[in-house]
Amino acid sequence: MSEIREFDCRPNDQTGAESPLAWSLQRGPVPDADTQAGVTLRESAFMGHLILRGGAIVLDEAVREVLGINLPARPNTLTLDSTGERSIQWLSPDEWLIVVPGGEEFALEKALRHALGQAHFSLVNVSGGQTVITLSGPKARETLKKSTPYDVHPSAFPVGKGVTTIFAKTSVTLRQPKADCWELIVRRSFADYLYRWLLDAAAEFGVSVER
Amino acid sequence: MFHIYCPYCEEYREEEEFHPRGQAHLQRPADPENCSDEQWGDYLFFRDNPRGIHHELWVHSVGCRKFFNITRHTANYEILETYKMGERPSITAETLAADERQSGVQTASGGWQTVGARPEDEALNTEARA
Amino acid sequence: MTQIHRSSRGGRIDRSRELSFTFNGKRYTGYAGDTLASALLANGVDIVNRSFKYSRPRGIVAAGPEEPNAVVQLGASEAAQVPNVRATQQALYEGLVARSTNGWPNVQRDMMGMIGKLGGSFMPPGFYYKTFMAPASMWMTYEKYIRKSAGLGRSPLESDPDIYDHLNQHCDVLVIGGGAAGLAAARIAADSGARVMLCDEQEELGGSLLDSREALDGLPAPEWVSQVVTELSARENVELLPRTTANGYHDHNFVTLHERRTEHLWDTAPAVNRRPQARSRLHRVRARHVILATGTHERPLVYGNNDVPGNMVAGAVSTYIRRFGVVPGHKLVLSVSNDYAYRTALDWHESGREVVAIVDARATSRGELAEQARALGIRIINQSAVIEAKGSDRVTAARIARIDLDAFCVLGHEKTLSCDTIASSGGYSPVIHLSSHTGTRPVWRDDVLGFVPGDVKGMTSVGGVHGVFALKAVLEHAAEGARRALDAIGFESDSSAPKLPDVAERREEPACALFQVPHVKSAMRAPKQFVDLQNDVTAAGIELATREGFESIEHVKRYTALGFGTDQGKLGNINGMAVAARCLKRSIPEVGTTVFRPNYTPVTFGAIVGRHCRDLFDPERYTALHAWHVEHGAEFEDVGQWKRPWYFPRTVNGKKETMHEAVSRESLAVREKVGILDASTLGKIDIQGPDAREFLGRVYTNKWAKLAPGRVRYGLMCKDDGMLMDDGTTSCLAENHFLMTTTTGGAAGVMEWLELWHQTEWPELEVYFTSVTDHWATMTVTGPEARKLMSEVTDIDLSPDQFKFMDWREGNVAGIPARVFRISFTGELAYEINVQANYAMPVWKTLFEKGEKYGLTPYGTETMHVLRAEKGLIIAGQDTDGSVTPEDLGMQWAVGYDKPFAWIGKRALTRPDTARTDRKQFVGLKPRDPEVVLEEGAQIVFDPEQSIPMTMVGHVTSSYYSPNLGHGFALAVIKGGRDRLGQTVYLPMKDGVVHEAEIVSPVFIDPKGERQNV
Ligand SMILES: [Zn+2]
Repeated sequence: MSEIREFDCRPNDQTGAESPLAWSLQRGPVPDADTQAGVTLRESAFMGHLILRGGAIVLDEAVREVLGINLPARPNTLTLDSTGERSIQWLSPDEWLIVVPGGEEFALEKALRHALGQAHFSLVNVSGGQTVITLSGPKARETLKKSTPYDVHPSAFPVGKGVTTIFAKTSVTLRQPKADCWELIVRRSFADYLYRWLLDAAAEFGVSVER
Repeated sequence: MFHIYCPYCEEYREEEEFHPRGQAHLQRPADPENCSDEQWGDYLFFRDNPRGIHHELWVHSVGCRKFFNITRHTANYEILETYKMGERPSITAETLAADERQSGVQTASGGWQTVGARPEDEALNTEARA
Repeated sequence: MTQIHRSSRGGRIDRSRELSFTFNGKRYTGYAGDTLASALLANGVDIVNRSFKYSRPRGIVAAGPEEPNAVVQLGASEAAQVPNVRATQQALYEGLVARSTNGWPNVQRDMMGMIGKLGGSFMPPGFYYKTFMAPASMWMTYEKYIRKSAGLGRSPLESDPDIYDHLNQHCDVLVIGGGAAGLAAARIAADSGARVMLCDEQEELGGSLLDSREALDGLPAPEWVSQVVTELSARENVELLPRTTANGYHDHNFVTLHERRTEHLWDTAPAVNRRPQARSRLHRVRARHVILATGTHERPLVYGNNDVPGNMVAGAVSTYIRRFGVVPGHKLVLSVSNDYAYRTALDWHESGREVVAIVDARATSRGELAEQARALGIRIINQSAVIEAKGSDRVTAARIARIDLDAFCVLGHEKTLSCDTIASSGGYSPVIHLSSHTGTRPVWRDDVLGFVPGDVKGMTSVGGVHGVFALKAVLEHAAEGARRALDAIGFESDSSAPKLPDVAERREEPACALFQVPHVKSAMRAPKQFVDLQNDVTAAGIELATREGFESIEHVKRYTALGFGTDQGKLGNINGMAVAARCLKRSIPEVGTTVFRPNYTPVTFGAIVGRHCRDLFDPERYTALHAWHVEHGAEFEDVGQWKRPWYFPRTVNGKKETMHEAVSRESLAVREKVGILDASTLGKIDIQGPDAREFLGRVYTNKWAKLAPGRVRYGLMCKDDGMLMDDGTTSCLAENHFLMTTTTGGAAGVMEWLELWHQTEWPELEVYFTSVTDHWATMTVTGPEARKLMSEVTDIDLSPDQFKFMDWREGNVAGIPARVFRISFTGELAYEINVQANYAMPVWKTLFEKGEKYGLTPYGTETMHVLRAEKGLIIAGQDTDGSVTPEDLGMQWAVGYDKPFAWIGKRALTRPDTARTDRKQFVGLKPRDPEVVLEEGAQIVFDPEQSIPMTMVGHVTSSYYSPNLGHGFALAVIKGGRDRLGQTVYLPMKDGVVHEAEIVSPVFIDPKGERQNV
């Protein structure tokens, strides 16, 4: 196992930690929570994010064993555990994104490495590099239409779908884990730009930010 | 703007998600150190520029990040097929030329492909070959 | 009543809502439902503009987007100015302010009119070429004068108060055009369950049905339209977009629609519920199938003085009468080549005004409409046409004559009929613009006397645009087309769908081919016969062009400006080709047509830009420490999309430091004490797999076989042509695990590069790459005091023999798990601390707490540049430009020629060209004058006395002032530079100053590297 260096980069003490949207929310503007808003935006900060690469056949069993979720084999799909807190998303024929509650990622990494043994794969912690912004509300889909060329019509983007695509002038991983809940996995450095973009795009519908 | 079928994502995506990476099926000399300067220069610098069928390497850069091939008509921008890395195209200038009468396809010698060329362009192609 | 041409009843206007507006400073009134054009006609405004070239008075000719004359400047305030608005497409609203686009000083009395009267001799076709080509320098002078008098509208001088946006749309069927064909097709498509979009450029859907005399299912056409629109708007799978122009048809059925959302309300967008709304919106539609139902534009006839106000297109006259309750004159002469246009005489007659005569170019006219006119006692004169209009500011009479179509001559029997309006119709031109955008060639049809769309994959054209004109036939054609379209995309059309409406079939006689009407004088001597009113192109001009040898229609177009600009040949194109064909003695299809380009009608920049403006113009990427930098007054530099601190100016005694002062202070702090840099933007790639090491050996020029875990190595990456592409350090984390860094700008490119080689060339290698650029925040602590500071915050053993230069270690920094790399980009002792980005801020703050006593100074990219340049360290992309080899840089030490595999770039480096000794080589430059900082990019010569153009032998790649050296210094590439150390070179500047500099080693400080290795 010494051939790959495992490293737990998450301290036990979370004092002072700042999510990718921390500064945006501190600097504002942060629209007040508003039940009339057409769009509600929230950051699911400090989740554990892992990129798993390898052949599906190699990974499938280990993933099921360790996470209790099937590795999504179909392109652009997403599977969740029964609680909805843990998910695996297809990114590429040999690449998946695992998102779990913050703090679980290192244990999961070790467990997966153990289960996969000497197989050829790669597992990388990217928790600091991305965050999850959720959009909900009656105008969420309309806001997405302003932002991404991907078709978000229910017939083209059912629950359980997830894609990496263009968003405004950058890219996001966009997915719909459950009805009326869109998740944008955004890169840390683009988070503020996307936050400002989303507030602007949703302004005509009324937008509220949950903290 | 093209609408491109990614053979890995198995669906159509907007052109903005892709980057073209030039001619497909280029062969890097197997033993670069023992090939001639001319062979090496050919590999490095010389590319086809047909009017008609062109096989191109593209990458789904905002998406699955996989490289794949596109068979594209350079005059009308139609994409005839996309296929994975390591696969061979099922549509080429030659296969199209096989049913020449039906589709007005012509294939010229000397590497010039004039697939889909309209009759009035014949002179142009002749000139280019000359 | 001031609206002298308003009929007492009829029209789709709301007479209870009077609206006032101003045109050229004068107040008028109109009604809700008017367009600006209909309101102007109602008020008897004959002259709306001066023509582009000859400055002749012009009036409203048409009722739609094809209007060539009534192009106005809109907007009450400076900020709301919009140029090039067609009055025929602008809904009237209370307080609208419009001005003529042309006309200086005003449209009624025009200065250029004098020149215009001098006529064609002043500005013949090709005028611009002939007059201005030779003394190119004079163009600037002429242009100002011509533009001012021609007037093409003007942009607002103030910033646009409105917002605009884009909407990405997807549908199964996009129907373009909401007339009879479009509505019929949309209905069938909607019934199939397909996702349907229907757009139409007019204020309301219905197209020509809104002014039709015909009945559908026993209902007046407009009522049938309302029924269908109500039905369609209730469908969930249908989106209806009136006021929406399909302005561009691009590859693979990508169509842009420009929706004007508030332009019928006011000149800026009113807020809704105090929320801003987009003034206009660009829909970016990807349609599986496009149904083109764009209909036709009626062609006017080309006769003498056909531009005098009062000359109109026949159909437009009917539109104004039936839709807007405006009869734009008192006495009408109608000149036609077909049956359809007879309806205009009927409409005029029913309005209670006089139809003087219908002049029909055909020998007989026995169609149903003609018989109706005859029954009303309207005089019909066959085998004749209007050959010339009389009048200057308004038509006063029409000269008519018998004509011979085949011989193209007048047969005599001239008559002059007194009238104030001449309406003409030469048939219908299908609106093929959009299909042309795709690159397909239109096809001429003799039976249609027009071009119809060529084949476009995924498109079906229905109705008028396909040359089907009779209403019953249009509806049937649309239905059949819709079914074919649905079939093509796998939808079943519902056979139980509502039947097509009942429409009476009308007996019609064929039209004749009449475009330009012959005159008693030759075209060159006859009164001007305008073909393209907007660009002032006459039949004589086209004739002259063909005589001067322009035979290709594309050349004729460019020589005469036919169909140029915003007009895009909507009214004049076919007539122009017909004139060219006649002169060249060819048929129209032999002459061919020019193609049309996007946009179909002008689109404001705002709509094109959408929300990508102001602070959302481009993404700004921030590091995890951005908030601290902002708080501490950093000036930022754009590095790609990143905002990096450039320098941190301090305010001393109320005075803010200049960049020079700040950079001097920051540089000295690093050389003498300790500084800190946010280096998080460096690209970082995690590489795992049993073949990771082998892979590195192939993509880097140097060796990786023996790099042990815990060690770091600098590497150069070339392309296969041997030229440097990127550089950076890569650390061995474990036997099969590496962390690669790239330049900030090269991060995405290098990642794709690795994937390219792995996926296409060496798929057998077991290795995976994952970007971790954003995951790790990187802080560089560097300077002589760096170790002391680090020892206060970390549990890592920092002793020089345990943690050497080019080692990395794991541990805690400020209580946060960290990887620390001993690499140096400053030449000083340096520790690059990497922590998970969410925890960067507490680490950074702790470093400042502990670092105060060591004089810890934050520094930015400018100081980083000075420090690295003093050490002769390159920045790929600044000191290199894709033509520089590792040897050119003097970095042969980083090239493993003896590595077993033919790594990327190796073969090219053995070419004779890359081995030349006179290649441009990387050197240092020391200006003779210590105060001089050379310009980056400045060209270098050996001999300043040589004549111009001088032989340039290299250029400056980086240049700064060094506070450590006390003088300016530069890095440069110079031919054979390494053999020229100590020689003097010259840098001639634009202002005539010639700088002198000495070629020196690029390493200005600590050539042995002792400072970083302590
Ligand atoms: Zn893909």
